[in-house]
Amino acid sequence: MKHKALNQTQYHSSLLPDTGRRRFVQGMAAGSLLLGLAPWSKSALATASAQTLTGLAPVLAGTEFDLSVAETAVNFTGRARMATTINGSIPAPTLRWREGETVTIRVTNHLKVSTSLHWHGIILPYQMDGVPGISFTGIAPGETFTYRFKVGQSGTYWYHSHSGFQEQTGMYGAIIIDPALPENVRVDRDYVVQLSDWTDEDPMVVFAKLRKMSAYYNFKQPTVADFSRDVGDMGMKGALGKRRMWNRMRMNPTDLADISAYTYTYLMNGTTPDDNWTAMFKPGERVRLRFISSGTQSFFDVRIPDLKMTVVQVDGVNVEPVTVDEFRFGPGETYDVIVEPKDDRAYTLFAQDMGRSGFARGTLTARPGLEAEVPALEKIEWLTMRDMMGNMAGMAGMNEMAGMDHSAHAMTGDAAMADMTGANAVHVRHARTEYGPSVDMRVNSPRTNLDDPGIGLRNNGRRVLTYADLHTIGGPLDSRGAEREIELHLTGNMERYTWSFDGLEFGKSTPIHFRHGERLRVILHNDTMMTHPMHLHGMWSEQETADGEFLARRHTISVQPAQRISFLVTADALGRWAWHCHLLYHMDAGMFREVVVA
Amino acid sequence: MLRQFSISFAMALTLGSQPIWAQETTDVDPHAGHGSSATPMDGMKHKSMSDGDMSMDGMDMKGERGHHTDVHGDETMDKQMDGMGSMSEQGALGAPRVQGGKPPLDARDPHAYSGGYDFRPTPRLRLGDEHSLGALWVDRFEMVRSSNNTSAAYDLQGWYGRNYDRVVIKAEGDYDNGKLESSDTELLWSHAVSGYWDAQLGARYDSGDGPNRGWLAVGMQGLAPYWFELDITAYVGDSGRTAVGLEAVYELLFTQKLIFQPRLEAMAYGKSDDARGLGSGLSDLALGLRLRYEIRREFAPYVGVEWAGTFGGTADNVRNEGQDTSEARAVAGVRFWF
Repeated sequence: MKHKALNQTQYHSSLLPDTGRRRFVQGMAAGSLLLGLAPWSKSALATASAQTLTGLAPVLAGTEFDLSVAETAVNFTGRARMATTINGSIPAPTLRWREGETVTIRVTNHLKVSTSLHWHGIILPYQMDGVPGISFTGIAPGETFTYRFKVGQSGTYWYHSHSGFQEQTGMYGAIIIDPALPENVRVDRDYVVQLSDWTDEDPMVVFAKLRKMSAYYNFKQPTVADFSRDVGDMGMKGALGKRRMWNRMRMNPTDLADISAYTYTYLMNGTTPDDNWTAMFKPGERVRLRFISSGTQSFFDVRIPDLKMTVVQVDGVNVEPVTVDEFRFGPGETYDVIVEPKDDRAYTLFAQDMGRSGFARGTLTARPGLEAEVPALEKIEWLTMRDMMGNMAGMAGMNEMAGMDHSAHAMTGDAAMADMTGANAVHVRHARTEYGPSVDMRVNSPRTNLDDPGIGLRNNGRRVLTYADLHTIGGPLDSRGAEREIELHLTGNMERYTWSFDGLEFGKSTPIHFRHGERLRVILHNDTMMTHPMHLHGMWSEQETADGEFLARRHTISVQPAQRISFLVTADALGRWAWHCHLLYHMDAGMFREVVVA
Repeated sequence: MLRQFSISFAMALTLGSQPIWAQETTDVDPHAGHGSSATPMDGMKHKSMSDGDMSMDGMDMKGERGHHTDVHGDETMDKQMDGMGSMSEQGALGAPRVQGGKPPLDARDPHAYSGGYDFRPTPRLRLGDEHSLGALWVDRFEMVRSSNNTSAAYDLQGWYGRNYDRVVIKAEGDYDNGKLESSDTELLWSHAVSGYWDAQLGARYDSGDGPNRGWLAVGMQGLAPYWFELDITAYVGDSGRTAVGLEAVYELLFTQKLIFQPRLEAMAYGKSDDARGLGSGLSDLALGLRLRYEIRREFAPYVGVEWAGTFGGTADNVRNEGQDTSEARAVAGVRFWF
């Protein structure tokens, strides 16, 4: 498989000499990559402004790695910008480790500001986790920090900066850990497909804009024209009714993503949709695609028209294979799928953003030069009552809503129906700090079913993966039941653009204490209208159903609006850890906690 | 002290027998016991819940509080379901509030999980919630054309601070024939008191025609249900002068960039101020309709019409000067912010 992965690189450089305007920089980029490995000189940076290598991540394998963080020039949109890169490439080099080995990674900071690298999903000593201000002090300009830890797991992971907005400006790469035992997912080809979002703007400016005008990037807001159309479709009463709650509560039913293609260019392996990242196969081969969601603020809905995808691994952990047409994943999550294209043709890897403003795209082809049709972006779907109110809305609308609100109706699996009838009624305890200015809504009757793919994917005629489909092979790591429960609410105020846990931003919070060795149930209850990919560092999150049945071992769990989920944690990792929403702008707004295991 | 009329005026402006922010945040009878643990059949919750989210219907000011609640008490869940076509009763009964309110007695302590641990003293992580930010909004920067005159006007608001506490500057004024006709400038401390409302406290300074005036200012600014942006401020000045001002703005999106904005501004005074030509009671009212095109979010030229009138003693003064007490104007300008 390693050879196949390398083939990908060769394929790119040899078979696709490509004429795209960005491609020509790669010749230079190869040189800059070498520069990147040499001691950096400020004058070189200032005058030559080294170009970023994009579109093909070099693969670095072994146990010793030297990574260099620096500013390099990049051009995704026709305008030259400076990126922060690792060894001069976007994505950063793919690191290939082997389970059981100890890796040493020397990271040298050539930026003018502090940096860090976090190994997302890797179980390691907390001092190696790479979160400035929690695990360590960060890597100061000019310094080299040496990470060293034993790799005790296998699968697909990724790494990224945990400093400021450096992840947005290019600091992310893939990690592939080969299992100590022979790989039981056998394939003929193996590709990393890392999705991300790029903006030409300074991310600090993006964040400031959101704080000044939270709907700044939303160009799908309800308009008078929408209203007229709804009046035509459902009458005046229906059109008013559809809007009443949103308007009363001062909330926007189209706020799915905060940031849109207005500023974002969505990338597949550091390649724009126009430049079309391309991978080869031979008809009949089994191809593994390691999808990594590295967007900073983007959920991607991934599908390959005319190809079924069999999900075999999630967050680096093998799951019972489940075959789907489409899956959604949020920043931090990884999904490995197997595809078996039989025909001598090309297929489009299509990943539209959840807000339906843009897409990342690539091609899987049997012959060089072929392209398949690129699907049209789908229309944005308004959030439903259920997304806002949880099950209360379901109860109310059971009869009447069906005709008007297909999505809310459609999503009712068995579990949802049980919830609706109150069989699974939960006792919700909001924090006392959820009644102030930091919180714009609370959900009192959350939905607990996991068989809902989420807004925009319900009843779309395709088989869409849901969390209820995920079953980690081999069951939980720890057979103990929960000794203690922690309930945390995901909160925010969209109008003020504040994001928090329990209504308290990080700066006002205190750490959360896990007792060393305990088995703990964590309940995450989403009191917002947005989906939050929640990432607990250092320990696995073993997700369960509302009935307490084990589902999957995760490092990042997306919690949908008005949803309440739970997972078990074995607090076996002493030290201080980060726990946050992996939407970078939510994290930086304060949706972040420190966890102390002691 | 505000005179009675001012108080009732303020009441009228605040859409009901209770100020709207108070409804949202504090108007909770502690004995009602409506917490998140409310039992589904507790019909008594209905009232307290209704207080939480008064609709703009409350503008009509009629009726006592109880009546008001019964007629307009469309608390969220209730109306939401009503809006969906029809409503079975159970949704409205005892459903706890989804916005604002006071924490119930059994609300969780957000620090309960800390186990006594705090951040390490070493430089700890600081995120955006601990960083200050500034913004300047120039909402109106326009030429004003009436039947016999052309003048210029500005209306801006700036702020600096974190999420919930900010220094705010508001400034508004008119220029006519190159001369400052009138201006008022406020410097306020703004403190978030609920999800959509900020309380503001500070000072105001008026200049232009006549003697300058200083005021203490206390007000509320925020977003009312149905997306009405409101700014209501009461003022206390020298010699027992009082005043109250209101600005209300609504935005209607014709398209994502073409935005129609009705705007109402009114000013009332507790006693006349002859030196400035102001009578007591409602003094000025302007109703504008502006249509802007957002070339970028930050930069939007607009055109519009505005009707402006004077009332009471102020109108008398205007009349005595031989001018019209009301006029229609055309406006053209640019809205920008950064």
